[in-house]
Amino acid sequence: MALVDDTSLKDGALRMSEATAGDYFALLKPRVMSLVVFTAFVGLVAAPVSINPMLAVVAILAIAIGAGASGALNMWYDADIDAVMTRTATRPIPSGRVAPGEALVFGLVLSALSVMTLGVLVNWLSAALLAFTIFFYAVVYTMWLKRWTPQNIVIGGAAGAIPPVIGWAAVTGNVSLESVILFLIIFLWTPPHFWALALFKSQDYERAGIPMMPNVAGEASTRRQIFAYAVILAPVGVLPWVLGYTSVGYGAVATLLGAGFLWYSWKVLVMPQDDRAMRPAKALFGYSLLYLFGIFAAYLADCVVERVLAIGGA
Amino acid sequence: MADDKLEMIELTESQKKARRSRSIAIGLALGALVVIFYVATFIKFAHSMPNGSM
Repeated sequence: MALVDDTSLKDGALRMSEATAGDYFALLKPRVMSLVVFTAFVGLVAAPVSINPMLAVVAILAIAIGAGASGALNMWYDADIDAVMTRTATRPIPSGRVAPGEALVFGLVLSALSVMTLGVLVNWLSAALLAFTIFFYAVVYTMWLKRWTPQNIVIGGAAGAIPPVIGWAAVTGNVSLESVILFLIIFLWTPPHFWALALFKSQDYERAGIPMMPNVAGEASTRRQIFAYAVILAPVGVLPWVLGYTSVGYGAVATLLGAGFLWYSWKVLVMPQDDRAMRPAKALFGYSLLYLFGIFAAYLADCVVERVLAIGGA
Repeated sequence: MADDKLEMIELTESQKKARRSRSIAIGLALGALVVIFYVATFIKFAHSMPNGSM
C-alpha cells in the first residue's frame, strides 16, 4: 500500500518542504525587526522607572517577535506583488521556498505567542499595544491601505512608530507625552523615507500596481511633500530638549541631524526632472536611516548619562 | 493490512537537511521559551511575596 500516490506528488498536491530555519527567519523581516527592537529598547530605557532586567529582555523579545510575526503576515498577503518587484522577488514565498499557508500559520502563531507572553509576564497595556500594532500592520496597512491609497505609508507608518510606546508602557504601565513624541518622530520620518525609495523604485511599484505617491501624484508633488514632512520632522526631533526632559547635548545632535534631513530633502526638491539616476533621492533614503538611528541613539545616550549622573550625585 | 510492503516517501538530501535545520530551530525556540517562562515566573513570584517568605 502506498501512503501517497505517485501522481499526487507529481502534481505537487503534497509538497515536501525544503524551507530551512533561515527561510522562516527571513519571513520575520530581520532588518525591520532590528529597527523595531532598537526603538522599543530606547522607549524602555527612557521610562522614568526601572524594570527587572530579565523582564526587560522578555519585553524586547516579545516586541521583536510580534514585529516579525506581522512581517510574516505581510509577506503571506503580499506574495503576489512581491513576486513582480525586483527588491522583493527573492523573498521566501515568491521564490517558492516557503508555502503561503506555512507563512500564514507561522505569522499567526507568533502573533499570539508574542502578545500572550508580553501580557502574562510584563503587563497587559503593552500587550494590547503590541496586538494593535500587529493588527494595524497586517490588516489595516497590508490588506487595505497599501493597494488602495497613496497615503498608505503615511497612515500605515503608525504601526512602525508604536514600538517605543510599547517599550515605555512595558515599564511604566502607561502612555505619556515623552513616548508619544518618540512615536511622532518615527511617524513623521516614515513618509519621506519611503517616498525617497518610491522615487527611484517607481517602476517597480508601477509594475506591482501599488499606488505609491510618485505613481499617483507625480514626482514633483512627491518631492514637495517629502520636503514638507522634513520641515515638520526636524523641529519635532528637537522637542524632547525644548520640553526640558533631555539635555542640551541631545538638543544639539537632534538639531544637526534635523538640519541634515532638511538639506537632503531640499536636494530632492530641486532635483532636475530629467535626473533618472536620482542620486539625491537615494542619498536621502540612506541619510534617513542614519537620522533615525542617530536621533534614537542620542536619546538613549542622554537617558543613560542622566541616570549615571543621578547615581553619582546620590 | 492487505499489502505486504509499506511504501514510504524518500526525502531528498536537501529535504532532510532542511528538516534537520527546522527541527533544531524549533527545539532551541521551545527550550528558550521554557527557560524564559521559568525565570520570569520566578522573578514575578519573588516580587509578589512578602519579605522573607522567599
